[in-house]
Amino acid sequence: MAPARHVGELLFSFARYLGDLFILVLETIRGIFRGQVRFHLVVHQIYEIGFRSQLVVLITGAFTGAVFATQTFFQFSRLQMDTAVGPVVSVSMFRELGPVLCGLMVAGRVGAAMSAELGTMKVTEQLDALRALAVHPVDYLVIPRFLAMLVSMPLLVAECIAIGILAAFFVTTKILGVSEAYYLHNMLHFTGGKDVAMGLIKGVVFGLLIVFVSCHQGLNAREGAVGVGRATTEAVVIGSLFILVVNFFLTMTLNIFFPAGK
Amino acid sequence: MNEPEQGREVMVVDNLVQTIGGQEILRGFSLKVHKGETLVLLGRSGGGKSVFLRHLIGLMQPVSGSIKIEGHDITKLKERELSPVRRRIGMLFQNGALFDSLNVADNVAFPLRERGEKDESIISQKVQSALQMVDLHGHQHKMPVNLSGGMRKRVALARALVYEPQCMLYDEPTAGLDPIVADSIDLLVRRLQRRLGVTSIVVTHDMKSTFSIADHVALLHEGRCYFYGNCDQLRASTDPVIRDFVEGRSHETP
Repeated sequence: MAPARHVGELLFSFARYLGDLFILVLETIRGIFRGQVRFHLVVHQIYEIGFRSQLVVLITGAFTGAVFATQTFFQFSRLQMDTAVGPVVSVSMFRELGPVLCGLMVAGRVGAAMSAELGTMKVTEQLDALRALAVHPVDYLVIPRFLAMLVSMPLLVAECIAIGILAAFFVTTKILGVSEAYYLHNMLHFTGGKDVAMGLIKGVVFGLLIVFVSCHQGLNAREGAVGVGRATTEAVVIGSLFILVVNFFLTMTLNIFFPAGK
Repeated sequence: MNEPEQGREVMVVDNLVQTIGGQEILRGFSLKVHKGETLVLLGRSGGGKSVFLRHLIGLMQPVSGSIKIEGHDITKLKERELSPVRRRIGMLFQNGALFDSLNVADNVAFPLRERGEKDESIISQKVQSALQMVDLHGHQHKMPVNLSGGMRKRVALARALVYEPQCMLYDEPTAGLDPIVADSIDLLVRRLQRRLGVTSIVVTHDMKSTFSIADHVALLHEGRCYFYGNCDQLRASTDPVIRDFVEGRSHETP
Protein backbone atom coordinates (compact mmCIF):
# COMPACT_ATOMS: atom_id res chain seq x y z
CA MET A 1 0.00 0.00 0.00
CA ALA A 2 2.93 2.32 0.71
CA PRO A 3 3.91 2.94 -2.95
CA ALA A 4 0.26 3.56 -3.88
CA ARG A 5 -0.05 6.07 -1.08
CA HIS A 6 3.16 7.73 -2.19
CA VAL A 7 1.85 8.08 -5.75
CA GLY A 8 -1.43 9.38 -4.39
CA GLU A 9 0.33 12.02 -2.30
CA LEU A 10 2.42 13.03 -5.29
CA LEU A 11 -0.65 13.41 -7.49
CA PHE A 12 -2.44 15.33 -4.78
CA SER A 13 0.43 17.78 -4.29
CA PHE A 14 0.73 18.23 -8.05
CA ALA A 15 -2.99 18.99 -8.29
CA ARG A 16 -2.64 21.48 -5.44
CA TYR A 17 0.34 23.09 -7.18
CA LEU A 18 -1.68 23.49 -10.39
CA GLY A 19 -4.51 24.95 -8.33
CA ASP A 20 -2.12 27.49 -6.77
CA LEU A 21 -0.82 28.46 -10.21
CA PHE A 22 -4.37 28.86 -11.45
CA ILE A 23 -5.24 31.14 -8.52
CA LEU A 24 -2.17 33.27 -9.31
CA VAL A 25 -3.31 33.53 -12.95
CA LEU A 26 -6.82 34.55 -11.84
CA GLU A 27 -5.44 37.10 -9.37
CA THR A 28 -3.27 38.60 -12.12
CA ILE A 29 -6.17 38.88 -14.57
CA ARG A 30 -8.39 40.32 -11.85
CA GLY A 31 -5.73 42.91 -11.04
CA ILE A 32 -5.47 43.95 -14.69
CA PHE A 33 -9.24 44.39 -14.91
CA ARG A 34 -9.10 46.53 -11.77
CA GLY A 35 -6.75 48.84 -13.64
CA GLN A 36 -3.73 47.89 -11.54
CA VAL A 37 -1.23 48.33 -14.39
CA ARG A 38 1.89 50.34 -13.61
CA PHE A 39 3.21 51.21 -17.05
CA HIS A 40 6.66 52.34 -15.92
CA LEU A 41 7.19 48.92 -14.35
CA VAL A 42 5.99 47.17 -17.52
CA VAL A 43 8.52 49.15 -19.58
CA HIS A 44 11.27 48.33 -17.09
CA GLN A 45 10.38 44.63 -17.26
CA ILE A 46 10.32 44.68 -21.07
CA TYR A 47 13.88 45.98 -20.85
CA GLU A 48 14.84 43.25 -18.35
CA ILE A 49 13.00 40.36 -19.96
CA GLY A 50 13.04 41.27 -23.63
CA PHE A 51 15.93 43.56 -24.37
CA ARG A 52 18.49 41.94 -22.11
CA SER A 53 17.67 38.38 -23.20
CA GLN A 54 18.43 39.08 -26.83
CA LEU A 55 22.09 38.08 -26.90
CA VAL A 56 21.43 34.70 -25.29
CA VAL A 57 18.50 34.01 -27.58
CA LEU A 58 20.36 35.12 -30.72
CA ILE A 59 23.38 32.94 -29.98
CA THR A 60 21.11 29.97 -29.22
CA GLY A 61 19.13 30.48 -32.42
CA ALA A 62 22.18 31.02 -34.64
CA PHE A 63 24.10 27.95 -33.56
CA THR A 64 21.03 25.71 -33.46
CA GLY A 65 20.17 26.75 -37.02
CA ALA A 66 23.75 26.26 -38.17
CA VAL A 67 24.25 22.83 -36.62
CA PHE A 68 20.82 21.60 -37.64
CA ALA A 69 21.46 22.68 -41.24
CA THR A 70 24.82 20.95 -41.24
CA GLN A 71 23.46 17.62 -39.95
CA THR A 72 20.49 17.76 -42.31
CA PHE A 73 22.82 18.49 -45.21
CA PHE A 74 25.05 15.51 -44.36
CA GLN A 75 22.07 13.17 -44.49
CA PHE A 76 20.20 14.77 -47.40
CA SER A 77 23.25 15.15 -49.66
CA ARG A 78 23.55 11.35 -49.84
CA LEU A 79 20.06 11.31 -51.32
CA GLN A 80 20.80 14.25 -53.66
CA MET A 81 18.32 16.40 -51.74
CA ASP A 82 20.69 19.23 -50.74
CA THR A 83 18.20 21.98 -51.48
CA ALA A 84 15.63 20.45 -49.12
CA VAL A 85 17.78 21.61 -46.21
CA GLY A 86 16.15 25.05 -46.46
CA PRO A 87 12.54 24.04 -45.83
CA VAL A 88 13.47 21.40 -43.24
CA VAL A 89 15.45 23.91 -41.21
CA SER A 90 12.94 26.75 -41.55
CA VAL A 91 9.88 24.65 -40.75
CA SER A 92 11.61 23.05 -37.76
CA MET A 93 12.86 26.39 -36.49
CA PHE A 94 9.40 27.90 -36.74
CA ARG A 95 7.39 25.02 -35.36
CA GLU A 96 9.67 23.51 -32.72
CA LEU A 97 13.26 24.57 -32.26
CA GLY A 98 12.77 28.34 -32.16
CA PRO A 99 10.04 28.51 -29.52
CA VAL A 100 11.30 25.59 -27.41
CA LEU A 101 14.96 26.58 -27.27
CA CYS A 102 14.12 30.24 -26.82
CA GLY A 103 11.68 29.23 -24.05
CA LEU A 104 14.31 27.11 -22.31
CA MET A 105 16.88 29.92 -22.45
CA VAL A 106 14.38 32.48 -21.14
CA ALA A 107 13.32 30.05 -18.38
CA GLY A 108 16.96 29.86 -17.34
CA ARG A 109 17.76 33.55 -17.57
CA VAL A 110 14.53 35.36 -16.79
CA GLY A 111 12.72 32.68 -14.76
CA ALA A 112 15.65 32.28 -12.39
CA ALA A 113 16.00 36.04 -11.95
CA MET A 114 12.28 36.48 -11.29
CA SER A 115 12.01 33.79 -8.66
CA ALA A 116 15.26 34.89 -6.99
CA GLU A 117 14.15 38.53 -6.84
CA LEU A 118 10.63 37.81 -5.59
CA GLY A 119 11.95 35.12 -3.23
CA THR A 120 14.45 37.54 -1.70
CA MET A 121 11.70 40.12 -1.29
CA LYS A 122 9.58 37.49 0.43
CA VAL A 123 12.21 36.40 2.93
CA THR A 124 13.31 39.97 3.73
CA GLU A 125 9.69 41.00 4.47
CA GLN A 126 9.55 43.34 1.45
CA LEU A 127 6.39 41.58 0.26
CA ASP A 128 4.86 42.15 3.69
CA ALA A 129 5.95 45.79 3.51
CA LEU A 130 4.13 46.08 0.16
CA ARG A 131 1.01 44.55 1.69
CA ALA A 132 1.28 46.78 4.76
CA LEU A 133 1.40 49.78 2.40
CA ALA A 134 -1.87 48.55 0.84
CA VAL A 135 -0.24 47.39 -2.39
CA HIS A 136 -1.09 43.88 -3.56
CA PRO A 137 2.17 42.04 -4.42
CA VAL A 138 0.53 40.48 -7.50
CA ASP A 139 -0.40 43.95 -8.80
CA TYR A 140 3.03 45.41 -8.21
CA LEU A 141 5.23 42.45 -9.12
CA VAL A 142 3.42 39.86 -11.23
CA ILE A 143 1.30 42.02 -13.54
CA PRO A 144 4.24 44.03 -14.97
CA ARG A 145 6.20 40.81 -15.56
CA PHE A 146 3.18 39.13 -17.15
CA LEU A 147 2.52 42.02 -19.55
CA ALA A 148 6.22 42.46 -20.35
CA MET A 149 6.50 38.76 -21.16
CA LEU A 150 3.44 38.98 -23.39
CA VAL A 151 5.20 41.66 -25.42
CA SER A 152 8.75 40.30 -25.27
CA MET A 153 8.38 36.58 -25.88
CA PRO A 154 6.96 36.66 -29.44
CA LEU A 155 9.70 39.11 -30.41
CA LEU A 156 12.42 36.96 -28.83
CA VAL A 157 11.09 33.83 -30.53
CA ALA A 158 10.91 35.67 -33.85
CA GLU A 159 14.52 36.83 -33.44
CA CYS A 160 15.65 33.33 -32.50
CA ILE A 161 13.95 31.82 -35.55
CA ALA A 162 15.15 34.52 -37.93
CA ILE A 163 18.79 34.27 -36.90
CA GLY A 164 18.58 30.46 -36.95
CA ILE A 165 17.32 30.47 -40.52
CA LEU A 166 19.91 33.06 -41.54
CA ALA A 167 22.72 31.04 -39.97
CA ALA A 168 21.47 27.88 -41.67
CA PHE A 169 21.29 29.71 -44.99
CA PHE A 170 24.82 31.01 -44.56
CA VAL A 171 26.32 27.66 -43.57
CA THR A 172 24.51 25.66 -46.26
CA THR A 173 25.13 28.02 -49.16
CA LYS A 174 28.48 29.62 -48.32
CA ILE A 175 30.26 26.73 -46.60
CA LEU A 176 28.58 23.57 -47.85
CA GLY A 177 28.05 24.91 -51.39
CA VAL A 178 24.30 24.46 -51.94
CA SER A 179 22.70 26.74 -54.56
CA GLU A 180 21.30 29.88 -52.98
CA ALA A 181 18.42 30.24 -55.42
CA TYR A 182 17.13 26.66 -55.01
CA TYR A 183 17.61 26.82 -51.26
CA LEU A 184 15.57 30.02 -50.95
CA HIS A 185 12.94 28.91 -53.44
CA ASN A 186 12.31 25.61 -51.65
CA MET A 187 12.37 27.23 -48.25
CA LEU A 188 9.79 29.87 -49.17
CA HIS A 189 7.67 27.31 -51.00
CA PHE A 190 7.36 25.00 -48.00
CA THR A 191 7.21 27.58 -45.20
CA GLY A 192 3.95 29.39 -44.65
CA GLY A 193 2.08 31.72 -42.35
CA LYS A 194 0.77 28.76 -40.36
CA ASP A 195 4.33 27.86 -39.36
CA VAL A 196 4.95 31.43 -38.24
CA ALA A 197 1.69 31.46 -36.27
CA MET A 198 2.54 28.18 -34.57
CA GLY A 199 5.98 29.42 -33.52
CA LEU A 200 4.68 32.67 -32.09
CA ILE A 201 1.72 31.09 -30.28
CA LYS A 202 4.03 28.56 -28.68
CA GLY A 203 6.40 31.35 -27.71
CA VAL A 204 3.64 33.28 -25.93
CA VAL A 205 2.41 30.17 -24.10
CA PHE A 206 5.93 29.29 -22.94
CA GLY A 207 6.53 32.86 -21.83
CA LEU A 208 3.42 32.82 -19.69
CA LEU A 209 4.36 29.44 -18.21
CA ILE A 210 7.74 30.91 -17.22
CA VAL A 211 6.18 34.01 -15.62
CA PHE A 212 3.63 32.18 -13.53
CA VAL A 213 5.87 29.30 -12.47
CA SER A 214 8.72 31.64 -11.51
CA CYS A 215 6.57 34.23 -9.75
CA HIS A 216 4.73 31.49 -7.86
CA GLN A 217 8.03 30.01 -6.67
CA GLY A 218 9.32 33.44 -5.65
CA LEU A 219 6.17 34.55 -3.85
CA ASN A 220 6.09 31.30 -1.88
CA ALA A 221 9.79 31.13 -0.97
CA ARG A 222 10.53 30.56 2.69
CA GLU A 223 13.37 29.85 5.07
CA GLY A 224 15.94 32.43 4.09
CA ALA A 225 18.74 32.10 1.57
CA VAL A 226 18.32 28.32 1.29
CA GLY A 227 14.65 28.79 0.45
CA VAL A 228 15.42 31.38 -2.21
CA GLY A 229 17.99 29.03 -3.75
CA ARG A 230 15.47 26.20 -3.76
CA ALA A 231 12.76 28.41 -5.26
CA THR A 232 15.11 29.54 -8.03
CA THR A 233 16.19 26.02 -8.92
CA GLU A 234 12.63 24.77 -8.90
CA ALA A 235 11.47 27.68 -11.04
CA VAL A 236 13.99 26.79 -13.74
CA VAL A 237 13.44 23.03 -13.52
CA ILE A 238 9.64 23.15 -13.40
CA GLY A 239 9.52 25.90 -16.04
CA SER A 240 11.74 23.93 -18.41
CA LEU A 241 9.88 20.65 -17.88
CA PHE A 242 6.54 22.38 -18.38
CA ILE A 243 7.81 23.85 -21.65
CA LEU A 244 8.90 20.45 -22.95
CA VAL A 245 5.73 18.64 -21.89
CA VAL A 246 3.29 21.38 -22.89
CA ASN A 247 5.13 21.69 -26.22
CA PHE A 248 4.13 18.15 -27.17
CA PHE A 249 0.45 18.76 -26.46
CA LEU A 250 0.59 22.16 -28.14
CA THR A 251 2.08 20.60 -31.25
CA MET A 252 -0.70 18.02 -31.37
CA THR A 253 -3.43 20.62 -30.81
CA LEU A 254 -2.06 23.40 -32.99
CA ASN A 255 -1.45 20.93 -35.81
CA ILE A 256 -5.22 20.65 -36.13
CA PHE A 257 -5.46 24.38 -36.86
CA PHE A 258 -2.13 24.81 -38.64
CA PRO A 259 -1.40 21.43 -40.30
CA ALA A 260 2.20 20.79 -41.31
CA GLY A 261 3.01 20.56 -45.02
CA LYS A 262 0.92 21.80 -47.89
CA MET B 1 0.86 62.41 29.23
CA ASN B 2 -2.69 62.65 28.03
CA GLU B 3 -5.60 60.75 29.47
CA PRO B 4 -5.95 57.60 27.35
CA GLU B 5 -8.78 56.27 29.52
CA GLN B 6 -10.93 59.00 28.09
CA GLY B 7 -10.05 58.05 24.50
CA ARG B 8 -12.40 55.64 22.84
CA GLU B 9 -11.26 52.14 21.95
CA VAL B 10 -9.93 52.05 18.38
CA MET B 11 -8.66 48.51 18.48
CA VAL B 12 -10.20 45.63 20.35
CA VAL B 13 -8.43 42.29 20.17
CA ASP B 14 -10.42 39.43 21.56
CA ASN B 15 -9.20 35.95 22.37
CA LEU B 16 -6.65 35.73 19.55
CA VAL B 17 -5.24 32.25 18.89
CA GLN B 18 -2.40 31.55 16.49
CA THR B 19 -0.41 28.38 15.85
CA ILE B 20 2.84 28.24 13.90
CA GLY B 21 4.47 24.93 13.03
CA GLY B 22 2.25 23.09 15.51
CA GLN B 23 3.24 25.44 18.35
CA GLU B 24 0.65 27.66 19.95
CA ILE B 25 2.11 31.16 19.85
CA LEU B 26 -0.99 33.07 20.94
CA ARG B 27 -3.40 31.32 23.29
CA GLY B 28 -6.30 33.68 23.62
CA PHE B 29 -4.63 37.07 23.67
CA SER B 30 -6.95 40.00 24.35
CA LEU B 31 -6.13 43.69 24.35
CA LYS B 32 -7.76 47.09 23.99
CA VAL B 33 -6.07 50.12 22.46
CA HIS B 34 -7.45 53.62 22.99
CA LYS B 35 -7.37 56.42 20.50
CA GLY B 36 -4.26 58.58 20.72
CA GLU B 37 -2.43 56.48 23.28
CA THR B 38 0.94 54.80 23.11
CA LEU B 39 0.72 51.18 24.14
CA VAL B 40 3.92 49.27 24.71
CA LEU B 41 3.81 45.52 24.29
CA LEU B 42 6.50 43.71 26.23
CA GLY B 43 7.41 40.05 26.13
CA ARG B 44 10.23 37.56 25.76
CA SER B 45 11.96 37.06 22.40
CA GLY B 46 10.07 34.55 20.30
CA GLY B 47 7.03 35.03 22.51
CA GLY B 48 4.74 36.11 19.69
CA LYS B 49 4.86 39.91 19.94
CA SER B 50 5.81 40.43 16.31
CA VAL B 51 3.32 37.76 15.26
CA PHE B 52 0.63 39.64 17.14
CA LEU B 53 1.60 42.93 15.51
CA ARG B 54 1.36 41.35 12.06
CA HIS B 55 -2.24 40.37 12.79
CA LEU B 56 -3.18 43.99 13.44
CA ILE B 57 -2.50 44.94 9.83
CA GLY B 58 -3.85 41.73 8.31
CA LEU B 59 -0.49 40.21 7.36
CA MET B 60 -1.51 37.08 9.25
CA GLN B 61 -4.90 35.52 9.82
CA PRO B 62 -5.56 34.10 13.30
CA VAL B 63 -6.76 30.56 13.90
CA SER B 64 -9.56 32.05 15.98
CA GLY B 65 -10.46 35.27 17.76
CA SER B 66 -11.25 38.72 16.43
CA ILE B 67 -9.55 42.05 15.86
CA LYS B 68 -11.93 44.98 15.65
CA ILE B 69 -10.52 48.21 14.28
CA GLU B 70 -12.99 51.08 14.60
CA GLY B 71 -15.65 48.44 15.16
CA HIS B 72 -14.91 46.37 12.04
CA ASP B 73 -13.54 42.86 12.38
CA ILE B 74 -10.52 42.69 10.05
CA THR B 75 -9.85 38.98 10.50
CA LYS B 76 -12.65 38.15 8.08
CA LEU B 77 -11.46 40.48 5.32
CA LYS B 78 -9.81 39.30 2.10
CA GLU B 79 -6.45 40.67 0.96
CA ARG B 80 -7.85 43.39 -1.29
CA GLU B 81 -10.54 44.36 1.23
CA LEU B 82 -7.84 45.15 3.78
CA SER B 83 -6.47 48.07 1.74
CA PRO B 84 -8.64 50.81 3.31
CA VAL B 85 -7.64 49.62 6.80
CA ARG B 86 -3.96 49.44 5.87
CA ARG B 87 -4.01 52.96 4.42
CA ARG B 88 -4.73 54.31 7.91
CA ILE B 89 -2.05 52.25 9.64
CA GLY B 90 1.71 52.52 9.32
CA MET B 91 4.04 49.70 10.22
CA LEU B 92 7.73 49.77 11.03
CA PHE B 93 9.25 46.33 10.42
CA GLN B 94 12.01 45.00 12.61
CA ASN B 95 14.64 45.15 9.87
CA GLY B 96 13.09 47.99 7.96
CA ALA B 97 11.96 45.91 4.95
CA LEU B 98 13.04 48.65 2.55
CA PHE B 99 12.66 47.96 -1.16
CA ASP B 100 16.15 47.04 -2.41
CA SER B 101 15.47 48.22 -5.92
CA LEU B 102 14.58 51.79 -4.89
CA ASN B 103 16.81 54.46 -3.37
CA VAL B 104 16.01 56.17 -0.07
CA ALA B 105 13.92 58.96 -1.59
CA ASP B 106 11.92 56.56 -3.78
CA ASN B 107 11.34 54.23 -0.83
CA VAL B 108 9.90 57.09 1.22
CA ALA B 109 7.93 58.40 -1.77
CA PHE B 110 6.53 54.93 -2.53
CA PRO B 111 3.33 55.16 -0.46
CA LEU B 112 2.60 58.65 -1.81
CA ARG B 113 3.00 57.58 -5.44
CA GLU B 114 0.96 54.43 -4.83
CA ARG B 115 -1.83 56.56 -3.39
CA GLY B 116 -1.99 58.50 -6.62
CA GLU B 117 0.07 61.59 -5.79
CA LYS B 118 1.29 62.88 -9.16
CA ASP B 119 2.81 66.23 -8.23
CA GLU B 120 6.54 65.57 -7.89
CA SER B 121 7.15 68.83 -6.03
CA ILE B 122 4.67 67.84 -3.30
CA ILE B 123 6.21 64.37 -3.16
CA SER B 124 9.74 65.69 -2.80
CA GLN B 125 8.65 68.19 -0.17
CA LYS B 126 6.94 65.49 1.90
CA VAL B 127 9.87 63.10 1.47
CA GLN B 128 12.29 65.77 2.64
CA SER B 129 10.31 66.61 5.72
CA ALA B 130 9.85 62.90 6.57
CA LEU B 131 13.59 62.32 6.24
CA GLN B 132 14.31 65.38 8.32
CA MET B 133 12.03 64.01 11.02
CA VAL B 134 14.23 60.91 11.32
CA ASP B 135 17.42 62.94 10.99
CA LEU B 136 18.40 61.54 7.60
CA HIS B 137 18.33 64.59 5.40
CA GLY B 138 20.93 64.42 2.62
CA HIS B 139 20.84 60.64 2.18
CA GLN B 140 18.09 60.66 -0.46
CA HIS B 141 20.12 59.09 -3.24
CA LYS B 142 21.66 56.22 -1.33
CA MET B 143 20.52 52.67 -1.99
CA PRO B 144 19.31 50.59 1.00
CA VAL B 145 22.28 48.19 0.73
CA ASN B 146 24.63 51.10 1.45
CA LEU B 147 22.89 52.03 4.71
CA SER B 148 23.63 50.82 8.22
CA GLY B 149 20.97 48.87 10.12
CA GLY B 150 19.96 51.89 12.13
CA MET B 151 19.68 54.10 9.06
CA ARG B 152 17.55 51.52 7.29
CA LYS B 153 15.21 51.46 10.22
CA ARG B 154 14.92 55.23 10.22
CA VAL B 155 14.25 55.32 6.46
CA ALA B 156 11.56 52.70 7.03
CA LEU B 157 10.11 54.90 9.74
CA ALA B 158 10.08 57.86 7.36
CA ARG B 159 8.31 55.68 4.77
CA ALA B 160 5.65 54.73 7.29
CA LEU B 161 5.19 58.32 8.52
CA VAL B 162 5.14 60.07 5.16
CA TYR B 163 1.45 59.36 4.57
CA GLU B 164 0.49 60.47 8.07
CA PRO B 165 -1.21 57.31 9.35
CA GLN B 166 -3.67 57.53 12.24
CA CYS B 167 -2.10 54.53 13.88
CA MET B 168 1.52 53.32 13.95
CA LEU B 169 2.79 49.83 14.69
CA TYR B 170 6.45 49.68 15.68
CA ASP B 171 8.27 46.36 15.76
CA GLU B 172 11.27 46.96 18.03
CA PRO B 173 11.95 50.52 16.87
CA THR B 174 15.01 51.05 19.04
CA ALA B 175 16.68 47.61 18.79
CA GLY B 176 20.14 47.86 17.24
CA LEU B 177 20.27 51.65 17.46
CA ASP B 178 22.79 53.66 19.46
CA PRO B 179 21.34 55.15 22.67
CA ILE B 180 21.20 58.68 21.26
CA VAL B 181 19.29 57.69 18.11
CA ALA B 182 17.10 55.40 20.21
CA ASP B 183 16.21 58.34 22.40
CA SER B 184 15.42 60.47 19.37
CA ILE B 185 13.07 57.75 18.11
CA ASP B 186 11.34 57.74 21.51
CA LEU B 187 10.96 61.50 21.28
CA LEU B 188 9.56 61.15 17.78
CA VAL B 189 6.94 58.64 18.94
CA ARG B 190 5.87 61.05 21.68
CA ARG B 191 5.87 64.03 19.32
CA LEU B 192 3.65 62.18 16.84
CA GLN B 193 1.27 61.34 19.64
CA ARG B 194 1.09 64.88 20.96
CA ARG B 195 0.97 66.81 17.71
CA LEU B 196 -0.98 64.50 15.45
CA GLY B 197 -2.78 62.30 17.96
CA VAL B 198 -1.28 59.16 16.43
CA THR B 199 -2.18 55.95 18.22
CA SER B 200 0.95 53.83 18.62
CA ILE B 201 1.57 50.22 19.46
CA VAL B 202 5.21 49.56 20.21
CA VAL B 203 6.72 46.12 20.55
CA THR B 204 9.99 46.31 22.45
CA HIS B 205 12.33 44.86 25.06
CA ASP B 206 13.77 48.25 25.88
CA MET B 207 12.59 49.16 29.40
CA LYS B 208 14.05 52.69 29.27
CA SER B 209 12.14 53.34 26.10
CA THR B 210 9.01 51.77 27.63
CA PHE B 211 9.01 54.09 30.62
CA SER B 212 9.63 57.10 28.44
CA ILE B 213 6.84 56.57 25.90
CA ALA B 214 4.15 54.29 27.30
CA ASP B 215 0.69 55.35 28.38
CA HIS B 216 -0.16 51.71 28.86
CA VAL B 217 1.96 48.60 29.01
CA ALA B 218 0.88 45.06 28.18
CA LEU B 219 3.02 42.03 28.89
CA LEU B 220 2.62 39.07 26.58
CA HIS B 221 3.55 35.94 28.48
CA GLU B 222 2.90 32.36 27.36
CA GLY B 223 0.54 33.50 24.65
CA ARG B 224 -1.71 35.57 26.91
CA CYS B 225 -1.89 39.10 28.20
CA TYR B 226 -0.23 38.64 31.57
CA PHE B 227 -0.25 42.26 32.66
CA TYR B 228 -1.99 45.41 31.53
CA GLY B 229 -1.60 48.76 33.21
CA ASN B 230 0.31 52.02 33.22
CA CYS B 231 4.00 52.54 33.94
CA ASP B 232 3.47 53.20 37.65
CA GLN B 233 1.52 49.97 38.03
CA LEU B 234 4.29 48.15 36.17
CA ARG B 235 6.96 49.61 38.47
CA ALA B 236 4.92 48.84 41.58
CA SER B 237 4.08 45.26 40.63
CA THR B 238 5.45 42.54 42.88
CA ASP B 239 4.61 39.68 40.52
CA PRO B 240 7.83 37.67 39.97
CA VAL B 241 7.33 37.32 36.17
CA ILE B 242 6.90 41.07 35.80
CA ARG B 243 9.76 41.90 38.18
CA ASP B 244 12.11 39.55 36.28
CA PHE B 245 11.21 41.23 33.05
CA VAL B 246 11.47 44.79 34.29
CA GLU B 247 14.75 44.17 36.07
CA GLY B 248 16.17 41.83 33.42
CA ARG B 249 16.82 38.79 35.66
CA SER B 250 17.33 35.28 34.22
CA HIS B 251 17.73 33.30 37.48
CA GLU B 252 20.68 31.43 35.97
CA THR B 253 23.85 31.00 38.02
CA PRO B 254 27.12 32.00 36.38
